[in-house]
Amino acid sequence: MADATQVTTVRQSALGLMPASHRIGFVVLFGLLLAAPFLGFYPVFVMKIMCFALFACAFNLLLGYGGLLSFGHAAFFGGAAYVSAHAAKAWGFTPELAVLLGTATGAALGLVIGFFAIRRSGIYMTMITLAFAQMVFFFSLQAPFTGGEDGIQAVPRRFLFGVFDISSDFRFYFFVLAIFAIGMLLIHRIIHSPFGQVMKAIRENEPRSVSLGYQVPRYKLALFTMSAALAGTAGATKALVFQLASLTDVHWSMSGEVVLMALLGGVGTIFGPVVGAAVIVAMQNYFASFGAWVTVLQGVIFVLGVLLFREGIIGVIGKWLKKPL
Amino acid sequence: MKLTTFMTATATAIMMAAAAQATDVKIGVLNDRSGIYADLSGEGSVVAARMAIEDFGAAAKGINVTVVSADHQNKPDVASTIARQWFDQDDVDAIFDVPTSSAALAVNQIAREKNKVFVNSGAAASDLTGAQCSPNTVHWTYDTWALANGTGSAMVATGADSWFFLTADYAFGHALERDTAAVVEASGGTVVGAVRHPFPGQDFSSFLLQAQASGAKVIGLANAGGDTVNAIKQASEFGITQAGQALAGLLIFLTDVRALGLETAQGLVLTESFYWDLNDDTRAWSARFAERMGGQHPTMVQAGVYAGVLHYLKAIEADGQAADGGAIVARMKEIPTSDPLFGEGEVRVDGRKLHDMYLFRVKSPSESSGGWDYYETVAIIPAADAWRPLDQGGCELVQ
Amino acid sequence: MFELLGIPPQALFGQLLLGLINGSFYAILSLGLAVIFGLLNIINFAHGALYMMGAFVAWMLLNYLGLNYWWALVLAPVIVGGIGIVIERTMLFRLYKLDHLYGLLLTFGLALIFQGLLRNGYGISGLPYSIPPQLSGGQNLGFMFLPNYRAWVVVASLVVCFGTWYMIEKTRLGAYLRAATENPTLVGAFGLNVPLMITLTYGFGVALAAFAGVLAAPIYSLNPNMGADLIIVVFAVVVIGGMGSIMGSIVTGFGLGLVEGLTKVFYPEAASVVIFVIMAIVLLLKPAGLFGRAV
Repeated sequence: MADATQVTTVRQSALGLMPASHRIGFVVLFGLLLAAPFLGFYPVFVMKIMCFALFACAFNLLLGYGGLLSFGHAAFFGGAAYVSAHAAKAWGFTPELAVLLGTATGAALGLVIGFFAIRRSGIYMTMITLAFAQMVFFFSLQAPFTGGEDGIQAVPRRFLFGVFDISSDFRFYFFVLAIFAIGMLLIHRIIHSPFGQVMKAIRENEPRSVSLGYQVPRYKLALFTMSAALAGTAGATKALVFQLASLTDVHWSMSGEVVLMALLGGVGTIFGPVVGAAVIVAMQNYFASFGAWVTVLQGVIFVLGVLLFREGIIGVIGKWLKKPL
Repeated sequence: MKLTTFMTATATAIMMAAAAQATDVKIGVLNDRSGIYADLSGEGSVVAARMAIEDFGAAAKGINVTVVSADHQNKPDVASTIARQWFDQDDVDAIFDVPTSSAALAVNQIAREKNKVFVNSGAAASDLTGAQCSPNTVHWTYDTWALANGTGSAMVATGADSWFFLTADYAFGHALERDTAAVVEASGGTVVGAVRHPFPGQDFSSFLLQAQASGAKVIGLANAGGDTVNAIKQASEFGITQAGQALAGLLIFLTDVRALGLETAQGLVLTESFYWDLNDDTRAWSARFAERMGGQHPTMVQAGVYAGVLHYLKAIEADGQAADGGAIVARMKEIPTSDPLFGEGEVRVDGRKLHDMYLFRVKSPSESSGGWDYYETVAIIPAADAWRPLDQGGCELVQ
Repeated sequence: MFELLGIPPQALFGQLLLGLINGSFYAILSLGLAVIFGLLNIINFAHGALYMMGAFVAWMLLNYLGLNYWWALVLAPVIVGGIGIVIERTMLFRLYKLDHLYGLLLTFGLALIFQGLLRNGYGISGLPYSIPPQLSGGQNLGFMFLPNYRAWVVVASLVVCFGTWYMIEKTRLGAYLRAATENPTLVGAFGLNVPLMITLTYGFGVALAAFAGVLAAPIYSLNPNMGADLIIVVFAVVVIGGMGSIMGSIVTGFGLGLVEGLTKVFYPEAASVVIFVIMAIVLLLKPAGLFGRAV
């Protein structure tokens, strides 16, 4: 019966064991990604997908599982990208340290912005995140270390742990894959944990959660910070993949794009944002020669997505398979 | 050497040369096809490249040239992704155009890394032949130094010696202001003041008001694209040019003037390296270009792509190969340049292409005979004076 | 004469006057947004694109039909308003019962479509559109030269803004509209055609945006991106003023223009970010906005 299955699944998830559909999903996903470079896919292209997929999943953590729409996630992504790029270039940080520093930057920004944002709800919260993201953009434009319009270019890929040379695209790919895998599993763990259950409760019925004694603002802030930290991881990694951090990363259109990715793939699903990111990145790549038609196409996807496929690609598949994805 | 050995050697050499003549070359035209620079580069640059390939007679010389193009949307990350993919996966040998300095610098880096060729026509960054110079890059058409020098010194020479700057508040704007201010002061003029506007800006009325109040003879617009167009439109509204102050657009293109319309843009002074109506050669070429582009006349960026591709193909013909980018660029520096658009010139050791620059003034509606008749030539800045001296750039290729 | 922080008063007045003029655009645009949000609960992210379309329609009327600026002032809002009505009838009405998020995303998507199509059709450099001869030239006020056209902009927007406010807050029609959005079922039971009112309201909000677009065409660069960066500033204005409050967005719109004018005198680089700082502060202290009713 439906209820019994749900209860069982929840108990299993709360115990940290993955539901079968997720296990299969992860195996397929990581399997494909491991094989990709050997199958002839261009490593840089797949790395780009992974970075944006992680970014979208981090965003989706906040929106799909927390019910909080942030229109300023580019601040965490781009801010971390700048810090990681600067650290790698000017301070000689090795990749894993640069990514860690980027994550910390994302977390710090998330803590500050989140503190202000969660005091309000709904559209007001969204506008606060947008306002702060604009301030981060303004700061990035002005601050000397960010290089303004040029961004930080020629970011070096140093030796991993100081020992392994991963500067070639092929080798760096596996480093990025490792980060992506850790990030995804971490997100999964957050969602399917007691903390995640409380967030779900808050999302479904906030007054009730308050009456049950949960410190709702603290939970929201914690989720916000985690989401920002992981967005930072994605940004920091991206800076190393492209060896470049620029204003595009902190612009509000980047915030809009991640919303699009989550929406397209399926808000509230684990794998949705990954698919959404893959589609959007692929579209940008392969239609680059069509110029403004890409914008029109993105707009059409937004419109159709909202009108017809609100659950997103994975959401629709999940509904059809009757399994949580 | 014995005669037979000599004959064999010669025969082999000839055969090798003949075999090497069947070269495959792939050119990538990377620029903005959908954003603010789409009109001044975009599809026009691709057309210009194709015209160069035809005019060179590549097919007859056994050089098979394919052209690919893409839109970098003025973003350095998109540009860098496309450049990498082109060089790594798609066997592209050379990238042309690339407006927007941040994108150009990114491609510059990658071309160097992969030992390919980068001939930039669209970007302004003088760093491409300065601190970031590379043995794989040639910077055609123009740069911030030449623009600053052209407009700055030429205007001071005509008596416009007090300047007020309206600067876009980001690295490019600052650089343009700094370079032009240096030139103005070196030519004996004074910088009366400057104001920085947020980038990008919409409304410049308050900044123009300050410029008006300063009483400077020239208001230098250290910005580009939409900002410049807006500023000029609004300056006309506030009667600034009518009241006697001159507007100097430090980075402005033919397509911007067209967008403004002569009514608004008249009297504007600017520096470019090419104009369709300069001489018979440019007129003839531009007419052919316009035919293919539905009446659109070429901008200097598109002209630069044509000339750049032409010269690149000459270098390939001379070198007999296309794979070693560094060698081709070295060859491009060896061979003097000659094309109907920029005349005779050369590529300097730091990658800087040298040619004359022109100071233009936008005609008033009554002076113009309609169509694309926008400019009158005020001064010609000879190549020897137009570009930053070799020792001032900080380029490591300069001994 | 005394100097305020190193700026002579003439310069200050000049900048404030200019700020007021800019404020007119913010006021009309945020008015349209506030009307749409306040009465329909839709976050219309396409507002910037519709403003841009108003300007483009004005240009098209001039270049394809030979109709001048004065015609455009009336026709462009009607045409674009019509487009808005079509959008509402075909797409938006499905989203009323859903989370605000979906309306935002749909209109965001529409904005991308409009921008992309016009970019493909007309390029990005901008199109020329001149100030109508009746409004060219200006007055020398002593402390500055005020173009006649800018004075007209202030007058026109004040008239339109207060006219709209009056209609919504003081007339019977406005009362019906407000009632219909608070309790559509009950109002419908009274025999009023609620869906029609909603549709017309959206059309009206869009028409306001288009009107601002026509006002902007002669002085700002007429290109497909002209609304894109403006839209988030306008949102900030609406949020500060209070999402449902008509008067709030009018006052805040003009007020922001003044604040921006002041910022441009003392710290011009910050002019584009000062609105967000203010928005964050207001949202933290008075979450419903300066004039808003607590939601």
